[in-house]
Formats: sequence, C-alpha cells, structure tokens
Amino acid sequence: MRSVLTVLRKELRENLRDRRTLVSALLFGTLLMPLLVALLVNLTVHRSQDQDNKSVTLAVVHAERAPNLLADLRQYRIDVIAANLDDYAAREAVRRQRHRIVLSIPDNYASQLSSGQPAPVLLYSDSSDAAGGSDLGRVRAVLAHYASGMARLRLMARGVDPTVLSAIAVQDIDVATPTSRSVLILGTLTAIILMTMLMGGLHIALDTTAGERERGSLEPLLTVPVRREQLIYGKILAACVFMLISLTLSVCAMALALRHAGLDRLGMNQDMSVATVLKMIACCAALAPLGASLMTIVAAFTRSYREAQTYVGLILALPTFPLIFASALGLQPTAWLMTVPALSQHFMVMGLLRAEPVSALYATLSVSVSLLLGALAALAAGRLYHREKLLG
Amino acid sequence: MIEARHLHKRFGAITAVEDVSLTAPDGRITGLLGPNGAGKSTTLRMLYTVLQPDGGDAFIDGISAAERSLEARRRMGVLPHGAGVYPHLTARENIEYFAELHGLSRQDCEQRAAQMIELLEMADFADRQAKGFSQGQRLKTALARALVHGPQNILLDEPTNGLDVMAVRTLRALLLKLKATGRCILFSSHVMQEVGAVCDEVVVIAAGKVVACGTPEQLRERAGTPDLEEAFVRFLEPAGRA
Repeated sequence: MRSVLTVLRKELRENLRDRRTLVSALLFGTLLMPLLVALLVNLTVHRSQDQDNKSVTLAVVHAERAPNLLADLRQYRIDVIAANLDDYAAREAVRRQRHRIVLSIPDNYASQLSSGQPAPVLLYSDSSDAAGGSDLGRVRAVLAHYASGMARLRLMARGVDPTVLSAIAVQDIDVATPTSRSVLILGTLTAIILMTMLMGGLHIALDTTAGERERGSLEPLLTVPVRREQLIYGKILAACVFMLISLTLSVCAMALALRHAGLDRLGMNQDMSVATVLKMIACCAALAPLGASLMTIVAAFTRSYREAQTYVGLILALPTFPLIFASALGLQPTAWLMTVPALSQHFMVMGLLRAEPVSALYATLSVSVSLLLGALAALAAGRLYHREKLLG
Repeated sequence: MIEARHLHKRFGAITAVEDVSLTAPDGRITGLLGPNGAGKSTTLRMLYTVLQPDGGDAFIDGISAAERSLEARRRMGVLPHGAGVYPHLTARENIEYFAELHGLSRQDCEQRAAQMIELLEMADFADRQAKGFSQGQRLKTALARALVHGPQNILLDEPTNGLDVMAVRTLRALLLKLKATGRCILFSSHVMQEVGAVCDEVVVIAAGKVVACGTPEQLRERAGTPDLEEAFVRFLEPAGRA
C-alpha cells in the first residue's frame, strides 16, 4: 500500500509540472466546453421563449361591428390591425402574404348575436403557410373561447345550467413541456461532462505507462522490490485524481454557466445548488477508475505514446455510444440500464439537472457497478503488466 | 555474489540464451563480454528478475531470483540499458523516488540521496529538472538511483554506451571505489578495452552460450595471444561458425 502511495505521489508531482497534463486536465473541458454548451443552451432558451411570447398579428375587417370580441382578442395578446378589404381583396391579401390571417365581421354579425342566432365571422388563412399554423391556432382558440363564453351566458339567461354544454371535459396535459425539448441538450451536457473527465486523465494515463516505457524509465522501475500491480495501481490512481480534478472543474464551470443562462424554462434545476453539484460529481466520479484502467490496458498493448493515443481516442468516445442509443431509442432508466457504465451516469446527471428525485436503488446500482467494473479492469491491467513483452 | 545456473531463454522461435552459467564474486568486477545480439542483455534481465528464465535459475546472495524475486531485487542495484530518468523531476527527486520504493524511511531517503549526490559529484545539477540533462548527467542520475539503497550486488547493462571519455572515467573510478567496499559488480559491454581496463573476471558469451571465462590474463594465455582484442575475436570464431 505504501508503494502505491509513493507511485501516486510521484506521478502527481511530475504531472503537475507537465504542461500537457495541465492543459488536458484543467483547461480543455473546464473553460471551453461548459461555456460552449451554455452558449448553445442560451440560444435555444431564447428561441423557445420567443415562440411562446410572440404576439400574433390579425387583420380585422369591420372591427367596429364586434367590439367585445376584439377586446377579448387583444386580451390574449393578439395584435389587431384594422383593414378595409372586400372578400376578394382579403383572399388576395392572404395569398400574397400581406396579411397572414384576416378576420372579417359581416354586417349581420351584431343582429345575429343579439337575436341568439349563430353569428358568422370569416377567417381567411393559408394552410400551406406552416409558420402561420400556430398563429391561426391561437386565433381559433380565442374565438372558440369567446363563443363558448357567449353560449354560457345565453343558457344562464334562459335559466339553464351551462355545464350541460360540457358533456366531456377534456384536460390537455402537455408532456412536450420545455423539459423534453431540452433532453437533447441535457444529453449533450452529460456526454461532455464524461468526456471532459476522461480527457483529464488521458495524458497522465498514457504518459505513466506507454510514455514511461518509451523514455526507458520503465525497466529500472521494474527492478525495485515492489510488485508490478502495485506500481500500476499507483499510476491508475494518479490518472483518477486528475480525472476528478477535471470533472470537478468542469461541473463547477457548467453550474456557474447554467446559473446565468436562466434555465427554468428548460425544466432544469436552475439554482444548481452546491448539493446538486456534489451529487453530480460523485456519480460521475464512479466512472473514473474504469476509464483510467482501460486506458492503462490499451497502453500496455501499444509500443509508443503516440500509438496509444490513437487507440485511446476510442475510449474517449466510448461513453457517448450508450448515450446516443438512449436518446435514439428514448430509453428510460430501469434497474438493468443503471448497470451500464456511462449510461447510468447519464441518467443520474439528467435527473439531477431536472431536479427529479434520485432513486436510492438506481444511485447505488450506478455507482457500485461502475466501481466494480473499474476494480476488475484495474486487476486486469495489473495482470497485463506482468507480461514480458511489456518491455518492448 | 551473483550466480547463474544453466539459464535458458527463448522468444518464440529464437533462442536468445542457451545455457549460460556464470559466477560474479563479491569484491570483484566481472565483465560480461560479447558481440551485439549475443544474449548479454537477456542474461542480465533474467538476473535482475525482469525476465523469467525458461530454464535454470539465478541466485543473488544465494536467493533464487525466480522464486523469491522481491527479496533478490532488494539486494541488487540495476542500471538497465538506456535507462531513462523522469524529465519533470529533479535529479534529487528521481533518486529519492527509488529510495522510497526500496522501502527507505523519509529521513533515510533524503540522507541517502544527498550522499549519492556527493559521491557522484552531482551538486551543481541535483535540483534541476532532468529534461535538459546531458548524457553524462542522466547517467549519473540513473546510477545514483540504482545505488541509493546501498545494494550488495550491482548490475550494469552497457553503462558506457554513448558517454564521453570524462564520463567513462568517472564511472570507472566509481566502480573501483565500490569494488573496494566488497561489492559484487557485473557489467556488460561489447567493447574489449573497456572490459580489459577494469575487470577482474571476464565472461565471454556468443550466440547465447558462454564461450570462455577467467581473468584477462588467463584469457590471453588460453587464446595464445598477448592482445586481449585478438583473444576475444578468437573465442567468438567457433561460435560464429556454429
């Protein structure tokens, strides 16, 4: 155990002086990635906010014939502009997109209304204009709302309970809330967090193994009276430490960025409390030993630092595969899926970002299975370093 | 004392070492001499337990290298061929790291490293990072690292490769100093003069086999020539033909 710590201390000290490690561990993900993501998120938030808040412009012919209806329209943020068009001109105006929607009030509107008959209104629109679809929907909804309000008043005037009109009470529950819109962004965030973490340990994992062999310091090291696996465990631990530093920095930077992005509309836990950040770090950290050990295993099979770097790129991409599957298949967390490394961390971070309660079973499964696989990979790396081919 | 008994080592279809036996006694400098590819490095690697022999065994102060490799390693100071140092550590940190891995206490590590720095006259570069070191400075660092735990047996694989005359002299002086304290020193070389200059015993190997051994005088006598280099060539000839 003492030797493991000796190796760990030395690798940390040496790599803290190495600019390459520092850049890959501290700078890359920490500053760049979260800022990029925050920017992306920010843009998306503003776009979706715009859509909800945008007022709809409606051209109305003979607005003076229906003052109450128009008051209702204005109340629901529909901008009414007066227009003087006959039937033909109204059609042309919509076709040529001078107006998106035109509402025309015929001259018998008031008389029909006051006599309790259906009062006609004409609504001109172009159904091939996709962008106008939601505007039209909003105008229709306001009109229908006004109509049912009038109908209720008429029934009450005749002494009838207006609820007889409501044979069915449909309640719209829109699950396509801002949260699901943000799934893609959340998924990207977790992928970036995990990649940043692995990236942080990449240089040190390769340098202490493939690099050490290339520089000719591995053979002297193997002549000290310490078991080879202990040397390797020390090196894996050192890579884990750098991964944790990188992870902590990138999650903190991301939390700060998200705080400024105003993410309540995306259904995120927008206050990003210290507890949330710590939980996020803890559940991602469980993946570090597996990543570091796999990198060490790859380095054991390669001849040089450069060759190792090529293959290790695959390990960096590895955590994104389950995430791509998950979002493509719309996977929801289950106990089984929580045993898949990277995917389980993805689910945990998603849950935390959305401020959903975290299932203790899922959390335990995620952390313990990842750590267990990490330990097995470390054992395998220790065994590999007994191979004589290692010396090259 | 280092003893090799019938060491064998194969790499796939190639037999690198075929029956090497040798003895390097305490208080003597033993030279392992042979042309490139003769199996010198492989033999030494089996002695310092980085390679496992396919047959035979080596004994370090009577301890089996194959069965009790950790104990055997404790009694050896090893300078492998082309040994590198850690570029981002200072010479002193390089030395202290190995002292610590040899199980020395914190205080002993510092003390022993300071002693090695004095012994090898490294004071002017001891606290600089090793990345800009000259070949000679690197060798001194690697040597100090190998000797920091005060091993009884010292193994060096081609230690003078690429060194200038001054560095070679320093190394020779150090080996003689260590010999005077009763240490067992075994080093390999393919340069005849070098072996002739410091060695008390010479083991000539070629094609993985010991072809001759004895003091330089004995070898000259046996080959029937006053020139050591000529003697070396004569020993190699039968092996080369086979």
